[in-house]
Amino acid sequence: MSGDNPTPIETSSPVASAIRRGPRPRRIAASLHVEDRLWQVATRVAVTVPLLGLLFVIIILAVKAWPAIKVNGPGYLTSSVWQVGNFYGAVQHTHGVAHPQGAVYGAWPLIAGTLESSLIAIIIAVPVSIGTAFALTERLPKWIAQPLGFFVEILAGIPSVVIGLWGVLVLGPFLAQHVYPVIANHVPNVPVLRYFRGSVGYGEGLLTSGLVLSFMIVPIIASTTRDLFLQVPVLPKEGAEALGFTDAEVARRVTLPWVRSGIVGATMLGLGRAIGETIAIAMVSGSVLGTVAPNIYGTMTTIAATIVSQLDSSLTDGTGFALSNLAEAGLLLALISILVNLAARSIVRHTGKLMAPVGRG
Amino acid sequence: MSMTESLSHGTSWRRVKSVIFRAFTLLALVFVLGPAIWLIVGVVVKAVPHWSWGVLTHVPSGNGGGLENAILGTLVIMVGVLIIAGTTGVLAGVFLSEFTGVNRKGRERGTILRTGIDVLAGFPSIVLGYVGYVALVVGLHWGFSLLAALIILSLMVVPYITKATETALRQVPTSYREGAEALGMRTGYGLRKVVLRTALPGIVTGLLIAESITVGETAPLLYTAGVTNNLPNWHLVHHPIGYLTYYVWTDWNQPLASLHYISYDASLILLVMVLSLLIVSRLVVARSQRHSEAAR
Repeated sequence: MSGDNPTPIETSSPVASAIRRGPRPRRIAASLHVEDRLWQVATRVAVTVPLLGLLFVIIILAVKAWPAIKVNGPGYLTSSVWQVGNFYGAVQHTHGVAHPQGAVYGAWPLIAGTLESSLIAIIIAVPVSIGTAFALTERLPKWIAQPLGFFVEILAGIPSVVIGLWGVLVLGPFLAQHVYPVIANHVPNVPVLRYFRGSVGYGEGLLTSGLVLSFMIVPIIASTTRDLFLQVPVLPKEGAEALGFTDAEVARRVTLPWVRSGIVGATMLGLGRAIGETIAIAMVSGSVLGTVAPNIYGTMTTIAATIVSQLDSSLTDGTGFALSNLAEAGLLLALISILVNLAARSIVRHTGKLMAPVGRG
Repeated sequence: MSMTESLSHGTSWRRVKSVIFRAFTLLALVFVLGPAIWLIVGVVVKAVPHWSWGVLTHVPSGNGGGLENAILGTLVIMVGVLIIAGTTGVLAGVFLSEFTGVNRKGRERGTILRTGIDVLAGFPSIVLGYVGYVALVVGLHWGFSLLAALIILSLMVVPYITKATETALRQVPTSYREGAEALGMRTGYGLRKVVLRTALPGIVTGLLIAESITVGETAPLLYTAGVTNNLPNWHLVHHPIGYLTYYVWTDWNQPLASLHYISYDASLILLVMVLSLLIVSRLVVARSQRHSEAAR
């Protein structure tokens, strides 16, 4: 056991002088042990993998979309024509890009459909979510509020294809038979409300899509809002009540202002989900291309629903131009969705939890 | 006199508003729960009367059959995503929480990495599916295949797992790490034995939620996994694979009633799988909270 108590080293080698200069505990503790090294390398690699994936996705999208962007120009955003052209006719060239004769693409109906359906969803979902959160935190006794709150939370996990199935077979037909005609026949013929008049269709269309979307995003907004309400301290609320506030006034003047930015963040999160939703909308929107819904019941489509329903047939375009147009639509959708999502996360990051089980299509 | 009158008038209006507010909250709750129960009961009522256990042991045939291939396919996809996205996401979360530290100005490092992962989380699933199709299925000549589906789904859920892991690790008190170091544990050993063990419930919850998303996805799978009525085999490429959501998506508007039943059966199985995953994740959280309170 001579090594237990090392005698002072008297040589003048660099190692010895380094030891004499004094111990460096950090270095000793983090000596390049295999396991420590492995953790550092493995985690570093793991964090770069998703980022490389992200880069890969962006590059593929941009490369695929470029021919369509060149041919379509900025008019793509405002034009309403969506014609794939004649796949069996002569091949035309515009700006050096080959495309079938008569191929004209305009994304305005898709953009309008995406924004309109998401807007309807938000208009319905935000008040409903706030009301639900109040009911769960202030109105109901704890023994029932807790399981109900959990139930609302897990509703976010219902696969969108199941919601779509229910929407197209049950909800849509029910509304078209019993609810929409009542609204359409009784709304006065004045500027904004005129939009609610006219043919109600068969239950596949804009309003049904908006309702289905709102049903999908309410769990996200409501459960986040409930958690926010639970973080509001009791004292200000009790103080307000002691001053004679009714519970509606406490809600409006104390609780809501306390968590306003959190609710905005939760709403943006729900909006992001609504914009990117694919399968359910492809099932309940009616999926018509090239027209904006004439009234609120009209059939329509969104960017995401168009991609999923057109990808199959776009392969029959031998020039690849149809495929390229879908890439442009996808790029547009990704841009909108990412901006909304980043905004949401930057707001909600400061307010707490963000792990709603969000299925996405 | 007139003053008291106006006061009492104001008070009664305030009382009315309060009643309206209460009614509104309960109405909102009904508006949420009503459709939810309608949906779940609707699926159960459509699926259960025609339910036969043969659904679990037969593959689809032209006019019905079962969903054995789809159930096994979904399970295979779940395992694959757990392996790929689970490993990557948990390790990435460990990196963001444990190995980033602060820069010289005292700001937290890794902001760019976090933003990148947030951007990935914002990608709509159908766009990822499109990229998987043009780049992997067509570009690399993999054909509809398990590997293409796994890569795309993993890209989709990895941000959730990373975020969950990072959040769980950040909730581990710094004193635990300091204690581990004071006891002379190496960084890696302390991380494994103390920090990760404490954060495990949060990490498991993140993984379960990611799995519940995986089960319910349709759009990114349609053009990467393709579909087949055969049982899954062990080939990663050149062989399509079936999954549950596909049969909901296609069978509902087929002209045969037997196919509608398959559509509802698949919906029921999906609901059971997703809801049990989420319930288990909640139980994990509840259990860990009870333990942490007992320890205090």
